[in-house]
Amino acid sequence: MKVSAWGNYPVVEAEVREFAGVEEARRKIGAARRMIPQGLARSYGDSAIGEAILSTLKNNRVLAFDERRGVVRVESGVSLAELVEIFAPRGWFLPTTPGTKFVTVGGAIASDVHGKNHHVAGNFSRHVVEMDVALADGAVVTCSPEREPNLFHATAGGMGLTGVVLEATIQLQPIETVFIAQETVKAANLDEIMTIFEESASYSNSVAWIDCLAKGASQGRSLMMRGEHAKRDELPERRDPLWLKEKGTIAVPFNFPGFALNSLSIKLFNELYYRKAPSGLDTSIVDLETFYYPLDAVHRWNRIYGKRGFTQYQFVLPKSESREGLKKILGRIAESGQGSFLAVLKLCGKETGLISFPMEGYSLALDFPITRNLFPLLDELDEMVHERGGRIYLTKDVRLSAESFDRGYPNADLFRELKRRYDPDGVFQSRQSKRLRI
Amino acid sequence: MKTVLLLGAGSDIARATAHEYAKRGDRVVLASRSIEDLEKTASDIEHRRGAEATAVRFDALDYESHQAFYDALDPKPDVVVVAFGYLGEQRKGQAEFDEARRIIETNYTGAVSICEIVAADFEKRGEGTIVGIASVAGDRGRQSNYLYGSSKAAFDAYLSGLRNRLFKAGAHVATVKPGFVRTKMTEGMPLPGPVTAEPERVARAVLKAEGRRKNVVYVKGVWRQIMGIVKAIPEPVFKRLGM
Ligand SMILES: Cc1cc2nc3c(=O)[nH]c(=O)nc-3n(C[C@H](O)[C@H](O)[C@H](O)COP(=O)(O)OP(=O)(O)OC[C@H]3O[C@@H](n4cnc5c(N)ncnc54)[C@H](O)[C@@H]3O)c2cc1C
Ligand SMILES: NC(=O)c1ccc[n+]([C@@H]2O[C@H](COP(=O)([O-])OP(=O)(O)OC[C@H]3O[C@@H](n4cnc5c(N)ncnc54)[C@H](OP(=O)(O)O)[C@@H]3O)[C@@H](O)[C@H]2O)c1
Repeated sequence: MKVSAWGNYPVVEAEVREFAGVEEARRKIGAARRMIPQGLARSYGDSAIGEAILSTLKNNRVLAFDERRGVVRVESGVSLAELVEIFAPRGWFLPTTPGTKFVTVGGAIASDVHGKNHHVAGNFSRHVVEMDVALADGAVVTCSPEREPNLFHATAGGMGLTGVVLEATIQLQPIETVFIAQETVKAANLDEIMTIFEESASYSNSVAWIDCLAKGASQGRSLMMRGEHAKRDELPERRDPLWLKEKGTIAVPFNFPGFALNSLSIKLFNELYYRKAPSGLDTSIVDLETFYYPLDAVHRWNRIYGKRGFTQYQFVLPKSESREGLKKILGRIAESGQGSFLAVLKLCGKETGLISFPMEGYSLALDFPITRNLFPLLDELDEMVHERGGRIYLTKDVRLSAESFDRGYPNADLFRELKRRYDPDGVFQSRQSKRLRI
Repeated sequence: MKTVLLLGAGSDIARATAHEYAKRGDRVVLASRSIEDLEKTASDIEHRRGAEATAVRFDALDYESHQAFYDALDPKPDVVVVAFGYLGEQRKGQAEFDEARRIIETNYTGAVSICEIVAADFEKRGEGTIVGIASVAGDRGRQSNYLYGSSKAAFDAYLSGLRNRLFKAGAHVATVKPGFVRTKMTEGMPLPGPVTAEPERVARAVLKAEGRRKNVVYVKGVWRQIMGIVKAIPEPVFKRLGM
């Protein structure tokens, strides 16, 4: 069958198999010559794509929950959306979450995802107490930071290349309400938003939407959203603190034609979005879905990019390089006229893990429709990122070269070595891993 | 609140059915061979639905164990869903009788063995519903799967007779006939989208058949027509078709 991930590019022919439970997983992994695990395919490019795919979506049971400590044991195909739905009403929320809840626990581990709270909570794997990984030979190994730490650290962020996460134990965070006390702060340019980020270090969550087409003095104008989980007494009287209203969604019903997204409409969108915010600082109480998952309200919004698909380019620069680097890179993007209306800026916390993405410094993520001119531009951007010691996020990538991967990830060779140890015959392979020579 | 016993609860259709019943607040008892795996499904149902779910060992082919298995159930079920099944490989079955026998015995003999025990209890209690998952494959034997098909045909005829018998006692038997269902049984087969059902769809058909005391239900109504046509083809023509 034809498969693709969130970017709808590339579309490839693949055999998809599913499993539920340890025995079926072992049987199917044992029988395969090649495969790559796949969850909800919310990665953008080709990291969850290969000729043979092992889908974890049926491996989706909630196995145990310690109500007192907020520790949950799940199978890897359980989605973060399901965890929120089941546990938020009981006063427990995800320890950290990406900008969509439609990802699986296995995918969150394999990409070692980060959220708006990265500077305080770190990557997702920091909250994984323990996990069971099925290796290529069918052995199921329990690992944690203490037990089989090499397997643990190579699997967290390891893009499905060490084995298949079957089950994981996760520490949730307690919440008093399902609401966020949110502040929106406006920044006129890059210097301003960077100052605001620095000043927001004490907030658990912070992220900024940045207009990457603005030039000159308003280059980097943006809106920061920062917030804390609201306490019960911050809510208006009548509100049920732990009741998550079911959200309606609107759908993008078919593939939009590519021309719907020229740079004019992008500018318009940016302008509108920017105006919507009152000047200075604005506070409000919003529910956590609105705060964490604004895009999830539009079902299959990826279709807006049309049949040719799109990619997201996300990079992070070391803090010392961020100001000059962002100015140069934003300048180059604006000049190219190819960038998207969706650009997200985030000041990440400390670097952890083996090949996990975040490092202390600024990360920028933006979408690009796939066109003939795109990849040369991204190669150029790669160079600008890597000469400053930055790196590209693999879970968004669809075209990075092996050389660039090595430049951005100093542990690349160590990872390759561990990969060979756990998967000597190279059973776990994606299109991305072949390209990156992992 | 009803107690629902699912036989062959490891099946994708049974798992979906268990969730549907649990959503309504019914108590579910999951019975199959892989008990460790069933216990995971049971915890999942408890955590998601807040309903009571337990796992018990059951092997359709271990006929001798069936009476003791049923006797040990407490409380006794109000609904029994017979979902275990074995598709097997037609060609292998032609060459090796062991495979043919496993197909026949799982789908038919095993089902009869446990259903007779359940029926005796329901007849005595004057209540209860058995839902048997048969198959459209039983509507007419075809060269590509007649071992499976004939075992399902036998089960189908059996359910019909049992329905007849239990009617007087006030108990009910429903026959649910799915066409193609996207489960691990059919994984890797080219399934034609429009006539293929998801397990959840079959699950809803099971609840409907049980709740409304339906006799024979086709999942995706178009299958009744499709099989009507297949059955209407005269044998001299049919045998040449190589279906
Ligand atoms: C709208 C949107 C917003 C996003 N926001 C963020 C964000 O804020 N921060 C962030 O970090 N990411 C973000 N992402 C990316 C997303 O969180 C990751 O790509 C995540 O890995 C997707 O999970 P998935 O279940 O869809 O995995 P897939 O896309 O199916 O797979 C991703 C990778 O995980 C591997 N994998 C999946 N399951 C397993 C398993 N059980 N065992 C081993 N390997 C496995 C795959 O092989 C693949 O390499 C966003 C994506 C979207 C679409
Ligand atoms: N899928 C279809 O297209 C389709 C179409 C029409 C009818 N059906 C029928 O629907 C029913 C469910 O099918 P499915 O597709 O959901 O099947 P499935 O996912 O393949 O599961 C079949 C289940 O039968 C169980 N089983 C096999 N032998 C058993 C035995 N001796 N004792 C106890 N359990 C046994 C297995 O349980 P373990 O976990 O113990 O191995 C397995 O979980 C079957 O009767 C099938 O024939 C299916």
